[in-house]
Amino acid sequence: MGSYLRPTALGQALEALGEGPRTIVAGGTDHYPARVGRQIDEDVLDISALRELRGIADTRKQVRIGALTTWSDLVRAPLPAWFDGLKQAAREVGGLQVQNAGTLCGNVCNASPAADGVPSLLALDARVELSARDRVRELPLSEFITGNRRTQRGHDELVTALILPKPGKGARSTFLKLGARKYMVISIVMVAGVLVPGRGGKIADLRVAVGACSEVAQRLSALEADLTGRPMAAALAKPEHLAPLGPIDDIRGTAAYRRDAALTLVRRALARLMIAP
Amino acid sequence: MKRESRTVEFALNGAAVSAAVDPGSRLSEVLREDLGLKGTKVGCEAGDCGACTVLLDGEQVCACMVPAGQVAGRDVTTVEGLTAKGALNALQQAFHRHGAAQCGICTPGMLMAASDLLRRNAKPNRRAVMDALGGVLCRCTGYRKIVEAVLDVAKAQAPPVDPPAGAAVGARLAKVDGEGKLTGVEAFGDDVAPRDALLLRVARAPHARARFVIGALDRLYADHPGLLRVLTADDVPGNNGFGIYPHIKDQPVLAEDRVRYRGEAVLALVGEAAAIRAIPEEEIPIVWRPQEAVAGIESALAPDAPAVQEDKPDNVLTRGRLVKGDVDAGFAAADHVVEGAWQTGFVEHAYIEPEAGFARRVGDRIEVTVTTQAPYMDRDETAQVLGIAPEQVRIVPSACGGGFGGKLDVSVQPLLALAAWLTGRPVRCAYTRPESMASSTKRHPARITARAGCTGEGEITAFRFHGDFNTGAYASWGPTVADRVPVHCTGPYFVPNVAASSTAVLTNEPPAGAFRGFGVPQAALAHEALMDMMAEQAGIDPIEFRIKNALAAGLETATGQRLEASVGLVDCLEKVQPYWEDWRTAAVMRNAVKKTVKRGVGVGCMWYGCGNTSISNPSTMTVGVSRDGRVTLYNGAVDIGQGANTVMIQICADALGVPAGIVGYIMGDTDRTADAGKSSASRQTFVSGKAAELAGADLRAQILRLTNAGPKAIIEIGKRRITVRDGADRHEIDLAALPELEAGDVLRGSGTFDPPTTKLDENGQGVPYGTYGFAAQIAEVEVDVDLGTVKVRRMVAAHDVGRAINPVQVEGQIHGGIAQGLGLALMEEYLPGRTENLHDYLIPTVGDIPEIEVIIVEDPEPLGPYGAKGIGEPALIPTAPAILGAIYQATGLRMTRLPVTPDRLRAAILAHEKDGGNG
Ligand SMILES: Cc1cc2nc3c(=O)[nH]c(=O)nc-3n(C[C@H](O)[C@H](O)[C@H](O)COP(=O)(O)OP(=O)(O)OC[C@H]3O[C@@H](n4cnc5c(N)ncnc54)[C@H](O)[C@@H]3O)c2cc1C
Ligand code: FES
Ligand code: FES
Repeated sequence: MGSYLRPTALGQALEALGEGPRTIVAGGTDHYPARVGRQIDEDVLDISALRELRGIADTRKQVRIGALTTWSDLVRAPLPAWFDGLKQAAREVGGLQVQNAGTLCGNVCNASPAADGVPSLLALDARVELSARDRVRELPLSEFITGNRRTQRGHDELVTALILPKPGKGARSTFLKLGARKYMVISIVMVAGVLVPGRGGKIADLRVAVGACSEVAQRLSALEADLTGRPMAAALAKPEHLAPLGPIDDIRGTAAYRRDAALTLVRRALARLMIAP
Repeated sequence: MKRESRTVEFALNGAAVSAAVDPGSRLSEVLREDLGLKGTKVGCEAGDCGACTVLLDGEQVCACMVPAGQVAGRDVTTVEGLTAKGALNALQQAFHRHGAAQCGICTPGMLMAASDLLRRNAKPNRRAVMDALGGVLCRCTGYRKIVEAVLDVAKAQAPPVDPPAGAAVGARLAKVDGEGKLTGVEAFGDDVAPRDALLLRVARAPHARARFVIGALDRLYADHPGLLRVLTADDVPGNNGFGIYPHIKDQPVLAEDRVRYRGEAVLALVGEAAAIRAIPEEEIPIVWRPQEAVAGIESALAPDAPAVQEDKPDNVLTRGRLVKGDVDAGFAAADHVVEGAWQTGFVEHAYIEPEAGFARRVGDRIEVTVTTQAPYMDRDETAQVLGIAPEQVRIVPSACGGGFGGKLDVSVQPLLALAAWLTGRPVRCAYTRPESMASSTKRHPARITARAGCTGEGEITAFRFHGDFNTGAYASWGPTVADRVPVHCTGPYFVPNVAASSTAVLTNEPPAGAFRGFGVPQAALAHEALMDMMAEQAGIDPIEFRIKNALAAGLETATGQRLEASVGLVDCLEKVQPYWEDWRTAAVMRNAVKKTVKRGVGVGCMWYGCGNTSISNPSTMTVGVSRDGRVTLYNGAVDIGQGANTVMIQICADALGVPAGIVGYIMGDTDRTADAGKSSASRQTFVSGKAAELAGADLRAQILRLTNAGPKAIIEIGKRRITVRDGADRHEIDLAALPELEAGDVLRGSGTFDPPTTKLDENGQGVPYGTYGFAAQIAEVEVDVDLGTVKVRRMVAAHDVGRAINPVQVEGQIHGGIAQGLGLALMEEYLPGRTENLHDYLIPTVGDIPEIEVIIVEDPEPLGPYGAKGIGEPALIPTAPAILGAIYQATGLRMTRLPVTPDRLRAAILAHEKDGGNG
C-alpha cells in the first residue's frame, strides 16, 4: 500500500528519501496529468510543506530560487531586468491555475523537451542544487538534464534550489514562445536570450538557448561566440548557428518547420535584446 | 490499491471541515465523492480544461492536480461558496444576464477563475480578463459572452424583467435553467448516481485492428474481491450491436473476437468503485493478435485493402449521388472553369463533459440517467441490446455538458443498462478524457474534388463535386453525411447543372458520426473557394459574385426543390458588405508597408437544411395545467446547452398567451415527455418549436372553448383557477372541478410537427428539407509569414434565422459556432493514439477568439414557429471558408488542407516563394 509523506522540515524529507525512492510531488501539475485514469498508489513525498524551500533570495553573487517557488511567485517578485525573459516564460506556462501551483524546479525535474523554463535558465547559466541526507551538490543545469525526462538526480536526492549567478551589469533578457494557440499550449519552439551590453554599442556577453528542438534545450554556443564582442547592430543569426539542434517531427510541427521557426525566433529575440529598454 | 485514509482539516467555503481522505488523491475527487460537492466539474483530470478550477487560499488552481493532503489548514472555495443565502452574487448575475453559460459544464471553473481575478482587481480590462480565464476551456460559447459578463460585473444592473404575456418570442430572456448552472446545482452525467452505485470501467482495444481472446477470469476475481462482474459480449442478452440506422446495428456493445478501431470496447469491469479503479490494465487477461490496419481513405480504397467489415469487401459503406441538368453542357457553356482538391482530418467534439451516467433496474424495467442528445433513440437502442421492449426502458437525460453531435450515438447507455440489469444494483460510469476521445465519434475526414464554371458575366453554369468521407470502423451517421453532402455541395447558389457524388469509406479508425454540420462544413471549403476563384477569374468582387448567384425565393436548389420563402442570403451578404469593403481596403494599404505580418479578409457563405434529410422527423410537445394552476411544458427536446428549454417555453407561452415566467418544464424523460426527436440537424427550434407552438395553441383553444371566449381573449392562470377575459366578459375555470387527465394535469394541449419533405429519387431530386438557414461571415486575419501563424482578428456574421426567438441565444450559437469553425480551420486534428487529450488536441482558448459582430437577419419561415428556423450548425459552416479566404488575401495562397497549422502554412509560403510566386 502506497504511503504519503508530507514533512514540514527538509531534514525529514531527506531522511525519508534516504530510506528508499519515492515519487516527489511539489505543485502536482506534471504529476497528476501523467496519471489520468490510473490508480495513484505509489509512495509519495509531498514537499509542499517545506516552507524553507519557497521564495527567491538574493545573495551578493547569485540569486537562489527555492524549490517550491511557483511561476506566480516569480512573476510577482520584484526582480532585475535579466529576469524578464524567465518571467515572460512564467506568464506563458499553462493558465494561471498552473502558474499558481507549478514550480520552476518541478519544470526542470520533469525534464520535458518543451519545458518553458529551461531555455531561460540555461541562458542564465543556472545551477541545480541537489540535497541528500548526507550531502549537497550543485550541477550546471546543462548537465543535470540528460535527456527527455531524464536527469542526474539520485533517488535519495531532492532538488532544493536553482542557483543563478548574476550576469554582468545592465544585463537584459527575453523569451519568445511559439505555440499553436494563445493560452495553455505546449511550445513548438521557444527561444531565450540574455545580453550584457558592452561599451560602444558592443555585445559584452550573449547567451541564447532554444527549446523544443532537441531532447534537451540547447545553448547556441557558436552564435554566442560569433556575436560576442561584435556591435549590437550587426547581430545576425545564420542557419548554421542552429547546428546543435536536432528537431523531430511530431504532432505540433515538422522538424523542418521547427528549424526554420527557430531561426526566425532567434533573430527576433536578438532584435529585441539589442534594443535598449 | 488505495492508500490508507488520513484526516485532513481545512476551510471549505468558509466552514471548517474534517475529512478522512487519501491524501494523495485529487482534491476534485475528494470534493465530489467524499464531500458530495458536485459543483466542481471534471473534464480531463490533467489540468487541461480548467472545469475543476477552485480557489486555494484565494488563488485559482485546478482541483484535479491538487493532492488532497495539500489543503490541510488552507482555504478552499468552490462554486458552491459563491452564493450567499442562495442568491446569485454579482458575478453570477452578470453571467446570467449575458447568457455566459450555455451547457454550463465550464461555468463553475469560469466563475472561480473570474472570482480570483475580481478579488485582486475589481475593474479589470479585457486583457486581464482573458489572462485570468485563459486556463478554462469552453466549447460552447466562443467565450465572448463570458468575457463581457466579467467586464460587466462592476456595473450595477437592474435585474432583467420577465416579458409579459405575448412578448416572450424575440425577448432576450435569461435561460430558464440558467441559475442551476451558475450555482453548481445543475446535475450533469457524472453528478447523478446514488452513493452506493457500483462502478463500471471499460477495457478497450489498444490496436486499430486485431483479433483477441479473453482468458480465464478466476484470477482477476480472486485478486480483486470488489470486482463483482466482468461483462463480455456473451453477456449481452439481446442484440450485441448498435448504430444510428435501424438496419445497420454494426457496432458491438462489447467486441466479440475482433476489434476494428483503437478504443473499441472489449469488456467491462463492474464492482465496488475503489476495487475497480485499482485493477491494473495489465491484469485484465486479453490476448491480442494485432493485424494490419486500414488507415485513411486512400488505403481503404486500395484494391488489395483488407475489409474493415467482412461483408463490405470494397470498404464502401454507402454512396450518395445527385444529378441535375446536364453538367457537361454546363461546363461547355462556361467561360471560366476552376477546380480544386481539399482535405480535412478527424475533428473531436471535445465537449468538456465526458460521457457519463448511471443505470438502475426497477423491477422488469431499466432506467438510465445519462448525458445525451437523443433520449428516445437511446431508449430504443438500449431495449434492443437488452432484448426487452422499448417501454421497459426509461431514459432520463441529465444536464448535457456539450454534445455537438457527439452525444447522439450511445456510449455508456447500453453498458450501464446491461450491468444494472444483470447485477440488480445501480451502476455508474464516467469516461476518462482519453477514453472519451478514443472511443467516441468524430467529424468525418474528407477528401474532396470539385469543379465549377461560370460565364464571363459571372453566372454559374455548372458544378461537379466528389467527396470521400472517412466514416471509420462503424456506420454511425456515415450514411447521413453521404446523403447530406451532395444536397448542399453547391453552396447556397443557383446552379443549373450539377453532378455530385459522395462515398462513405470504412477504415480502422474511430467511427465518424455527427458533428455540427454532418459533412457540410467540409463541403463548404470547396464551394466557397470555388466562388472566390471564379470571382477572381471573372474580375468580379467576391461578394458581388455571390450576390449575383445567390439562391432566392422562387429559385430551385440542386435537388430541384423550389424555395418558396425565407431565403435571406442576399440580405446577409448585403449586411456584411460595408465591413468587407472597409476591411479589404485597409488590409491592402497595410500590406503595402508591412513585411512580416500580413492582413487579409475573406468571406464564407452557407446554407443548411434544418431537420433530417428526406425522412420523417416529427416532434410532439405537450403542455399541461395542473389542478393547482401549475403550467408544465413536457419538453422532449433535450437542452444540450443551446437553450431548447428556454426557447420552447418562450414559444409555447406566447402561443398559449401567458407570461413565459409561469411555464415550468420537464425535459426529455422518456416516461414523461413525448418523442421530440434528437437535438441535432438544427431541428429543435424549427421542428419542436413548431410542436411547442401547436401545443400552446391547442391548450389555448381548449381553454377558450371551455369558456366560450373569443380568439382575442386574455388568459390568466391562477392558483386554482383560470380567468379568461374577453373584452368586458370575464369567465373562470375552476381547475379543482376538472377531472385529472395525466400526471396531475387537468388540462393538456399537444402539438406534433413533421417538416414536409419527400424522398430523393435516384438522381437525388426531391424536397429533402422543409427549410434552410443561410449566412454570410467575413473574417479578418493576420498572418505572420515568417512563422506561418494565423491570428483571426475580427469577424462579422450575418445569419438568416427566420426569427430570433431569443437573440441572446442566437448570438451565443454564432459565437460558439465560430469558435469551432476557427478550431477546424487552424488547429484541430484528431490522430488516433496521438492526440487523445486536451493538450495534444488543441481547441481554441479565450485568447484565440476574434471580436465578433453578429447581425441577425429575419426572413421569416412560414412553416416555423413565429417564422423561426435553426442556427446550431449554420453558425459553424462559413467560418473556416472565410478564414481560408482571408489567408489567401494575406498570402496569395489557397490552403486546401485543414487544419492550417503553422508548419503547413509556413511550408506553403516557402514553396510559393521558391516558385517565385507573389500572389
Ligand atoms: C494544463 C497544463 C499546462 C502546462 N503548460 C506548460 C507550459 O506551457 N510550459 C511548461 O513548461 N510546462 C507546462 N506544464 C507543465 C508543468 O506545469 C510544469 O512543468 C511545472 O512547472 C511543474 O511543476 P510542479 O511543481 O507542478 O511539478 P510536479 O508535478 O509536482 O513534479 C514534476 C516532476 O518533478 C519532480 N519534482 C518536483 N519537484 C522536485 C524537487 N524539488 N526535487 C526533485 N524532483 C522534483 C516530480 O517528482 C515530478 O517528476 C503544464 C501543465 C499543465 C497541467
Ligand atoms: S478536470 Fe481539472 S483541468 Fe480538467
Ligand atoms: S458553456 Fe462552456 S463548455 Fe458549455
